[in-house]
Amino acid sequence: MNKEYIITAFSENKVGLLNQITTVFICRDINIDSLTTSESSIPGIHKFTIIVHTDPEKIEKLVKQIEKKVDVLKAFVFTPDEVVQQEIALYKVNRSQSVEKLVREQHVRILEICDEYIVLEKTGHKEETQALFELLKPYGVQQFVRSGQIAIIKSKRELLNEYLKEREETLKA
Amino acid sequence: MHTTQSTYMEKQATQTTCFSGSKAVIETLLREGVDTIFGYPGGTIMPVYDALYDYQNRLNHILVRHEQGAIHAAQGYARVSGKPGVCIVTSGPGATNTVTGLADALMDSTPIVLISGQVGSNFLGTDAFQETNFVGITQAVTKWNCQVRRAADIPGAIAKAFYIAQSGRPGPVVIDITKDAQQEMAEYHYQKVDFIRSYNPTPAIDREQIAQAAKLINLSRKPLALIGQGVILGRAEKELLAFLHKSGIPAASTLLGLSAIPSDHPQWVGMLGMHGNYAPNIKNKECDLLIAIGMRFDDRVTGKVDEFGINAKIIHLEIDPAEINKIVYADVPVIGNVKETLPLLTERIARNSHEEWIAEFNACYNVEYQEIIEPALFPTGKHIRMGEVVHQVSEAYRHDAVLVTDVGQQQMMASRYFRFKHSRSMVTSGGLGTMGFGLPAAIGAKIGAPQREVCLFVGDGGFQMNLQELGTIHQSRIPVKIVLLNNNFLGMVRQWQDLFFDKRYSFTTMNNPDFGLIAQGNGIAYQCVEKREDLPTAIQRMKNHPGAYLLEVRVEAEENVFPMVPAGAAVSDIRLE
Repeated sequence: MNKEYIITAFSENKVGLLNQITTVFICRDINIDSLTTSESSIPGIHKFTIIVHTDPEKIEKLVKQIEKKVDVLKAFVFTPDEVVQQEIALYKVNRSQSVEKLVREQHVRILEICDEYIVLEKTGHKEETQALFELLKPYGVQQFVRSGQIAIIKSKRELLNEYLKEREETLKA
Repeated sequence: MHTTQSTYMEKQATQTTCFSGSKAVIETLLREGVDTIFGYPGGTIMPVYDALYDYQNRLNHILVRHEQGAIHAAQGYARVSGKPGVCIVTSGPGATNTVTGLADALMDSTPIVLISGQVGSNFLGTDAFQETNFVGITQAVTKWNCQVRRAADIPGAIAKAFYIAQSGRPGPVVIDITKDAQQEMAEYHYQKVDFIRSYNPTPAIDREQIAQAAKLINLSRKPLALIGQGVILGRAEKELLAFLHKSGIPAASTLLGLSAIPSDHPQWVGMLGMHGNYAPNIKNKECDLLIAIGMRFDDRVTGKVDEFGINAKIIHLEIDPAEINKIVYADVPVIGNVKETLPLLTERIARNSHEEWIAEFNACYNVEYQEIIEPALFPTGKHIRMGEVVHQVSEAYRHDAVLVTDVGQQQMMASRYFRFKHSRSMVTSGGLGTMGFGLPAAIGAKIGAPQREVCLFVGDGGFQMNLQELGTIHQSRIPVKIVLLNNNFLGMVRQWQDLFFDKRYSFTTMNNPDFGLIAQGNGIAYQCVEKREDLPTAIQRMKNHPGAYLLEVRVEAEENVFPMVPAGAAVSDIRLE
């Protein structure tokens, strides 16, 4: 039974890491729904947030294979209820009175406005950004882009920090 | 002399040393304990080769005839010596020619450090002459890789490469060095690497896992130990023997686990897998406990996974956490180097003997002996059979030679009938099944274990896949003994065509060249045997010859390897015919 999983992986900041991580998915024929990467709160450590739909057995093996990469510090897997996740979407829409009415009703943020078009921003779950897209569609959406999901783990334990601490102690010993 | 030396040392210690990047490569290899390099020069690696010119008395460089030969030789060297095999190649085709060997080494956990030249950093990404994205290409076939673009980064990158290649579950590592980094001058700082933050090759041992495993062992009435290459890689042969001695448990080996335990050990019940021995396959269904020791449940070992060990609990001792539950669910995983985990387990288990249980294996062996082994080793038919050649060669060397094989029927025959006294005596391409592996691997094995006899078994197909390496044997005077089992077929494919494709022999017939002339052209002694009565003398002649030797044996054309577990069947459905 395929379910949504959120993988967070932490790696050293090294060229080619993205390729190393995506290779793990390619050879198992698992499609990535969304992937975001950026520097984490710790300088030099990058965080990947990867959303996939797969089964529980495959996800366990997949995460182990990611963590096996020498430059990956840790990889964790979560179910949607274990994280707070959001994504941002931008819309470039033809300008009209009816669009402006809709924008006001939906409390959507306006980033730019000019004679021909409006650029809108919506933050939320994928369903919410998609719903707005569907609403705007009839008015002519010239461009629509989603950031991919990012996630914060609800758990009280900070698993990466625990790992780094453990490694530091190993080094001292 | 002494004064001069100590003054030199002091100078070394106090003065900043400035080396070219290429000299830094060689100096770092020496500091990592390297004595042998397998390589092939070319445009972008020329600075390193120029530096190597001044180190010929300290580093043995073997000039191969093809880069695939270099990496397989390095694998052979690593497997017998326990040290990483080192290769140096140029960019582009030189580098890509090693990809098969890297994939092979990754599958079979062989420590390899491959240094490849790369175009100058200002040419990167311009489709320059002999440029390939080698780091990109090799990401899927290496344990780790990196590109170095500055001379100052060379010692650190190589030191890291050696640490990664050898630690934890070993594997191949690539360092891709741009030509300008090889030419640039930089201060030389070398420091051995034994810690990488993101990489933990020796996870802490979980005592609870050990306790649970011991409990299962103590409760078991029909246990079987499955010995993998992890025992050899972890240098845990003594620890294994101690465990077997106290537990009294019968043990079978995977293909790569062969030679970890002497073949005449009373508890050893043979080889697992598709062409393994009858007993450990047929009894699989009956086992109530399987203790997997440093092995990874390859599909050639498990057969149909759903029915593998169907009545057994499974204990999996393994250093690579990603192997746990990958193929077969482990009731008790024991993560760690088996050299450390086995003694902890041995401490906690009750002294036991499983005499009746082992007797059941021996009874199965007797069935196999009558049906398969005796007719294979002592045939009466007209044609020479592969098994009798293997058996006679093994005997001639008093079961003390290093066996190297290629891939196919001769590989299975050799692994079935060669016997072993010492660990690290079996070099074969297990996971990847690379035809053409044998000849170069035998070269590397002989260099890695010069005091031992190295015997290669190769078929007429695989021999011709890296045949050019006879030139390496000639130039470097490497005394390997090559036994060519020639049936003028791609035998294993033909066997499958025979059994599963209605005998439609599609492109498996070989119209072979005159191997005697090829041997002669390479200055290698040669004899061809077609009659059974000539075989013993020929083997003695090969053994007594001081240099390399090619013994071609014309064997029965359509012999099949049995027993056999048909692909997709349960191992307990093993067929004797």
